[in-house]
Parts: sequence; structure tokens; C-alpha cells
Amino acid sequence: MVENLIIETKGLRKTFISKTRNGKKELEAVRGVDLAVKKGEIFGFLGPNGAGKSTTQRMLSTLLPPTGGEAKILGYDLAKQQEQIRENIGYVGQTGGTDLVATGFENLILQAQLYGIDIHTARKYAGEFVERFQMGSFIERQASTYSGGQKRRLDVALGMIHRPKLLLLDEPTSGLDPQSRAYLWDEIKKLKAEGITIFLSTQYMDEADKLCDTIAIIDNGKIIVEGTPTELKSAIGADTVVFGFQDDKTASSAENLLAGKIRPEKIRTTNNLVYLSIKDGGRMMPELLRLLDLNNLEAQNVTLSRPSLDDVFLKYTGRSLREDDKQ
Amino acid sequence: MRILRDTKLMFVRNMQHTLRSPIFILVSMFQPLLYLFLFMPFLEDLGGVPGLPVGKTVDVFIPGLLVMLALFGSAFVGFSLIDELRTGVIERFLVTPVKRSAILLGRVLRDAMVLIAQCILITLVAIPFGLSVNVAGFLLSLLLYGLIGISMASMSYSFALIYKSEDNLAPTLNTITLPISLLSGIMLPLILAPIWLQNVAKINPLSYAVNASRALFAGNFQSIDIIVGFIIIALLALVMFSWSLSSLKKIES
Repeated sequence: MVENLIIETKGLRKTFISKTRNGKKELEAVRGVDLAVKKGEIFGFLGPNGAGKSTTQRMLSTLLPPTGGEAKILGYDLAKQQEQIRENIGYVGQTGGTDLVATGFENLILQAQLYGIDIHTARKYAGEFVERFQMGSFIERQASTYSGGQKRRLDVALGMIHRPKLLLLDEPTSGLDPQSRAYLWDEIKKLKAEGITIFLSTQYMDEADKLCDTIAIIDNGKIIVEGTPTELKSAIGADTVVFGFQDDKTASSAENLLAGKIRPEKIRTTNNLVYLSIKDGGRMMPELLRLLDLNNLEAQNVTLSRPSLDDVFLKYTGRSLREDDKQ
Repeated sequence: MRILRDTKLMFVRNMQHTLRSPIFILVSMFQPLLYLFLFMPFLEDLGGVPGLPVGKTVDVFIPGLLVMLALFGSAFVGFSLIDELRTGVIERFLVTPVKRSAILLGRVLRDAMVLIAQCILITLVAIPFGLSVNVAGFLLSLLLYGLIGISMASMSYSFALIYKSEDNLAPTLNTITLPISLLSGIMLPLILAPIWLQNVAKINPLSYAVNASRALFAGNFQSIDIIVGFIIIALLALVMFSWSLSSLKKIES
């Protein structure tokens, strides 16, 4: 096993068997997942609902016994060393797991004690997290009174209280308002800065893009592509450059000119706008402008957009993430 | 010892929950109190039939009523567990190194404690009705009720862990508790029942608990009923708790 791998899996599988009237029915939730999560990175697990993200995370957190395959977490064998794994990881499930009857502070203290931390240290740790996650205004209240964002902060604090080396977060920002999301992103980045490895699942492209060092896109129980956000996006190839002109006529002259001189992958004109799909759009930009200038075609405005992870998902699965959400 | 520490943590946590809504302790006492006020008077005139000595009907009825409280008071605790399965609290506990048995022990011990407190209260209420209590026997009987509570609570948790939803839990528990209570001689001594019913009652662990409970209240310590009742209920508690533990361990797969 490679020294600095925090999670390493080979052919991890999970098949659920449900009994129906017509006999047993098998559902292959995870169909052979290979993961290599490096120390200190934020690893993003991106995919639509039902892709197998949660099932994989629940296996990695010792909650769910795998049907097949191997996994090492922090060097411990998932099949044999569950105790050691539990002691060294933190896991925040999709539903959170905050005890709503207790106060936030009681939640934190008990959680620390369950990791064998004595009461005095537990109080100290809890106090530190209250300050750090700015929970002072509500932590003494019963958790059933919390807002979504407050509860989520407590959920994450509960997963962190024993200072694990690896934190598994299952869709940490789903259902949060934009402000709480941004706040949580900042906190996750801070955790990374402290050297904690984070394995995060999400169905949000922007979240994976902004937060993660490595992204694995999972669909239908299998990883379909993996890489850094930049790698994934540049594998898509073309950037999109849009020029706006004074009128339609100028625009179509510009289209003819650019189509002939630089051979973009795709070019089309709608009214006074020219859309170009082109590799390395940023580097090509000065040349494009020069060409237009030489031919007295004055662009009034120009935008350059890099391919998004949405485009990546579309390329590899043939459908958009957002389409899945609507179903 | 890790298991003792974990159990204590879980017990204290569950007890806090109970004490935060103490009204529920009284709610489950309501039914036995109704039986005490509205049913026991029927029995007084029956004094003299086999198993119900004249003027002693209360001494026969109350030990049975306490077994009934032990049965019904703890048979429905599974609902609280389903709630915590849904909010992810149990899942969060399962990811920590806490002993699995402690998660359940902390619950059933809480349930047994609540039950014992209820039994003491009912007994105190019954004293003005002419109940005579052998103190040593009564204290021992509390242990018996605690064991019944552990058995029933464990059973309830097992079903909760298997079903994971309330829909099936209530009918299942009702289907089990009603025949158990009818076939245990709680309301009327089994000696009044036809022979076939008495024979069926022999496979009901609760009927041995009722006999033991009556012997303890009477201070009849030579009675074999006491030791038989304790052995059977202790075994029942062990079997039911093991079942709940294996249900918890299998919950995810």
C-alpha cells in the first residue's frame, strides 16, 4: 500500500438484496469502486442521487459491510480493523445525527466521551468548537430549535470533536441557504489547512469545483472519470468565446473571417453574437482580437468561459446532472 | 472497563431524555391506575372463589397488575428508537467506537428504572385499598419487574430495528402483548380458567412472573414459584437482549 494514501479501495462492491413476492431482487448499488485518496486533500465524490455515493461512504465509515472488494482506511483493513478505523475517522451522514432532545453542548460532550475522551477534555474541546463554528448564541438551547444552518454546523462539529485524521462528509451542504453553504465551505477549507483529509460527496458541480483537489464522478455505482477539476475540464477541450458586435452583418463577416483563419472546433452566429468553441481560449484571445481589428470588425464586448463540470458530466454520461435532479 | 463506561454514558443520556418529558412516565401509569380504580372493585365481591381469598382480592390483584405495567409499560419503547434511527442519531453512535451492546443496555436499563419507579408509585397508591406488602418480598419483586421490563423493551427494540418504521411496529406489539397478558393470570387467577387455557398459559413466561410476584408480595419465600419465576424471566431477558443486539449489528446490511 502506498504510504500517503488515506483511503485505498479495490473493487469495492455493495449489492442489496430485497425480498419481493417474485423472489429475491438484487440491487447493485456500488459496482466495483477503486479509490485512492491522498493525505491532506479534499476528495470530491460527485454524482446524481442514487449513484452510490452514500452507500460507498457508509461502507468506508464501517456502517455497512461491503459485498466484495477490499478497502484500507488510514492503513487499517476495513474487513478486520473496524475498531481502529472508528477511532480515527469522523463521519457526518446526510441526516446529520444531532440529538434533537439534547442541547448542542450536551451533544458535543457526549460525542467526545464516546471516543473515550474524559469529561474535562471533552468540555474543553466542545468549547473550542463552539467558538470556532460560532455556535455560542445557540449551543445551550435544545437542538430541536436550531435552523438548518445551525444544525449543520453542529453536525460537522460532532464529526470533528475527537480530531479525526479523516472526515467523511455526506452531502454536507444539501438543503442549506447560500450563506450557510459559503460558511461551511470556508470551514471545510480550514480543516484541510489543518492537515485533515476530507472525503466529501456532493451532487453540486460548483461545490466540487470550488472545494475539491480531486474529483471522482460516480454514476450508476461506478466511477466514470477521475481527476483534478482542471484536468477534468480541460479534457473536455474547448472553451467558449462569445463576441458581441454592433449589428448582424458585422457578426456574420466576423464569423466568416474567424472560421477561415483559425479553424475553431465549432462556430455559430446568432443575431449579433458569435460563439466560438476553441481550445485554450485565454491564450488565443489576443490573436482573435488582433485579427478582428485588422479587418475593421470592432467587437463591442467579449466573454470567455471555461468548461464547467456540468459539461464533464454531460460528456461522460450523456446527460446533465440537473436533468437528473428534476426526475 | 469500556462496556461499563459506555453503558453509563448511554444510560445517563437516555435518562436525561426521559426526565425532559416526565409526563410520559405518568402516561403509561394511567392504564394500571384505571384498572386499580375501575376494575379492582369488581373483584371484591368475588372473594371466596378459588385463588381469591375473601378480603384478600387486592393482594392477589396488585402483584398481577404490576406485571401488567411491566409488560405494557416497556413493550412500546421501540417507537423512541425508530425516531432516533430516522434522525441519524443511532447511525452517529454506530460510527464511534462505542460498544454496540452499550447503546442498547443504556436504553433497557433506563426503561427498567422508569418501570421500577412506576411500580413503586402504583404500590403506594394501592396501600389505602388494603394492600398488605411484605417489604423484603416487594423489593425483590422490583427486580423481577425490572427483568420483565428489560425483556419487553429488548423485544420492542428488536422489532424497531427490523422494521425501521412505525407502521408495522404498533400492530406487531399489540398482537404479542395482548395474548401474553390475557394468558398470564394478571386479571384473574389462572386457577379459574378451563384446563386447556391453563395448559396454554404454561408456555407463557409471564404467567410464571405473575406467580412469583404474588408469592413475593405475600412474603411466601419458601414458594418454588419465586425461583422458577426469576429463572424464566432472567432467561427471557437474556434471549431478548441478545436478539436486539444482533438486530442492531445487522441493521445496515
